Amino acid sequence: MEHRDDIGAKLGMWVFIFTEMLLFGGLFLVYAIMRSSYSTEFHQAAHHLNAFIGTINTVVLLLSSATVAMSITAVQKGNNRLAVILLFITLLCAAVFMINKYFEWGHKIHIGLYPGSDLMLTLSHGQVMFFSLYFFMTGLHMFHLVVGGIILTIVMIKVQRGTINAGRYVLLENGGLYWHLVDLIWIFLFPLLYLIT
Amino acid sequence: MTEEKTHHPEPSFLVDTGKYKGLMAWLTTTDHKRIGLMYMYAMMVFFTVGVTLGMLMRLELFYPGQQFYGPQVYNGIFTIHGIIMIFTVVIPGLAAVFGNFSMPIMIGAKDVAFPRLNLFSFYLYILGAAIALASQFMGNGPPDTGWTFYAPYSIHTHTNVVAAVFGAFVLGFSSILTGLNFIVTMHRLRAPGMTFFKMPLFPWSLYATAWIQVLATPIVGITLLMIIAERWLRIGFFDPSLGGDPILYQHLFWIYSHPAVYIMILPAMGVITEIIPTFTQKKIFGYKAIAISSLAIALVGYFVWAHHMYTSGMSTTARWVFSLLTFLVAVPSAIKVFNWVATMYKGSISVKPPFLFALGFIFLFMIGGMTGLSLGALATNIHVHDTAYVVAHFHYIVFGGVGFAFFAAVYYWYPKMFGRMYNFKMANWSFVFLFTGFNLLYFPQFIIGIMGMPRRYFDYLPQFTLGQQLSFFGGVLLVTGFIIMLITLFSKKGAKAPDNPWGGRTYEWTIPSPPPQENFDVMPEMGLDEQPYDYK
Repeated sequence: MEHRDDIGAKLGMWVFIFTEMLLFGGLFLVYAIMRSSYSTEFHQAAHHLNAFIGTINTVVLLLSSATVAMSITAVQKGNNRLAVILLFITLLCAAVFMINKYFEWGHKIHIGLYPGSDLMLTLSHGQVMFFSLYFFMTGLHMFHLVVGGIILTIVMIKVQRGTINAGRYVLLENGGLYWHLVDLIWIFLFPLLYLIT
Repeated sequence: MTEEKTHHPEPSFLVDTGKYKGLMAWLTTTDHKRIGLMYMYAMMVFFTVGVTLGMLMRLELFYPGQQFYGPQVYNGIFTIHGIIMIFTVVIPGLAAVFGNFSMPIMIGAKDVAFPRLNLFSFYLYILGAAIALASQFMGNGPPDTGWTFYAPYSIHTHTNVVAAVFGAFVLGFSSILTGLNFIVTMHRLRAPGMTFFKMPLFPWSLYATAWIQVLATPIVGITLLMIIAERWLRIGFFDPSLGGDPILYQHLFWIYSHPAVYIMILPAMGVITEIIPTFTQKKIFGYKAIAISSLAIALVGYFVWAHHMYTSGMSTTARWVFSLLTFLVAVPSAIKVFNWVATMYKGSISVKPPFLFALGFIFLFMIGGMTGLSLGALATNIHVHDTAYVVAHFHYIVFGGVGFAFFAAVYYWYPKMFGRMYNFKMANWSFVFLFTGFNLLYFPQFIIGIMGMPRRYFDYLPQFTLGQQLSFFGGVLLVTGFIIMLITLFSKKGAKAPDNPWGGRTYEWTIPSPPPQENFDVMPEMGLDEQPYDYK
């Protein structure tokens, strides 16, 4: 007989989300300490980030979280076709986010602003720290976004095939939970890096 | 129905019935019992490597000055000894082996909640251990930072730090997933009627451990990633020459690595809590106090990390607060010791090998714990910080505590694992050698530590010679004891073990030895008036 425990599966996902939060928690701690040691330099360095692209990415991610949530309701109501469309929009949003990031990072790397570059060594300690944290935190976030995208792609295929359906959709829920985590972390990164100037 | 069962007993988990036979059947298994055993075999290999490295150090320290190899080799040896022993042996340790083998049976489950994830954790463990070991042979020589990877030296040294750090990161990930699995297992798969306060105490200790694994390990994970990023990209979070803060590294490192000590010791305490009622045939004294003290240790254990850093540079206020909290964490540990001793009072004690090792554990853990208090006190710490005294204290807890509990657990559950008994006389001799050797090895380190012998030093002043040589002979006895133990357990087949050789009352003793693949023919249920330790 097959053993199935949806509550257990979701509990596992929540526990995993706790560990992810603490993983980023370590970085937020380093950010807080460095910000208090180098508050002026952080202030100046943050001007070099493009708040416009950041805002667009925030909106895009919020939208993607909404569509994931909607896809769960769609599956619960038995409308797998709609769910696939909504998941596709989510993945599209993820792609838009990545493209924006590509231009953002690409521009910085083009002008020589990346960890270990010669330009970085001419900056003050605090500014180096800001850009290092910027690349490290957004980089780690991007890695999570890619993983989440892969998970949601698998989920989307399963919804399409009907192995995820109104009777069993815990995988979709867990994928959605993970996606919300990716979104949530960005919600904290955005003001810390782009807005406090 | 039951008659039919006795005629056609379910095959034991050691028999291959699946698609694969032999080694492949083991490597693809999702059975918690097999995964537990695989952890055990792997750990025995790593433990042997660690012991060999330890003896190489003792050999070099036999006389002052250089004997066999130079200081750089010595630095590499103590570093990898630490990495192997801590990250691949004692941190996964009892939880990975006996948590996997016994815990699901003890709570009346067929397996853990996520069996495939469990196998994945095992492979991550092997991968991490392989990367850590490979760091010895690749790049510019073995890392020489000590297992703590303190910045900024770990950023600047030319040795192969990145591989070792990445190995530790992967091992941490494996540990997190095991913890996650155990938490869900204990929440979801307890037998009907078994409330949390009717769960046996070994699972209880694993529950507390699992939360530490899940909530503390990611911090060291990200810290280790930052070390790698610094080495590759000249970032400088912890490097003062680039504006970073090396003390911050120590804080982040110990925020995990102190709770990690409780990841090691809590399951050990849990095993002792199982063994003592069984061999005294008495209900455990203070069930709830023991259960809650596990959680209390896990909780308070989070807030004591900076007692590793009294000499690093911290405000006086921070130092006395951390000192106070360190003293507090001794309280739940002492509660457990008192309850074990109280359980033995007027019990019908039978001194079999597992019980002997449990007694050894209590004795050595007491010494380790008491010396821990003198290290937690500010004034004495400044005197003995970074001396052999710390080495002795640490080994009394981690080897005298976790190691002896591990041996006790092996002797306790061996009949259940393999369906065979072992020679008690030989087992008792292994205890005599291990116990004597252990004390002879580490007790002199307390004394030369107080006299001023620093830790991690390749050379020493002549007045420490006697202590170092006693330690060497202790090491020889200890290794002898370990070899006797291996011979006792693995040389020849013992008599067939009954289902319940010790008269235990937890669920694993109600099923055949070795257990069938799905553990229970009839799923157990706990009655309203039943308790986990219902001895007469």
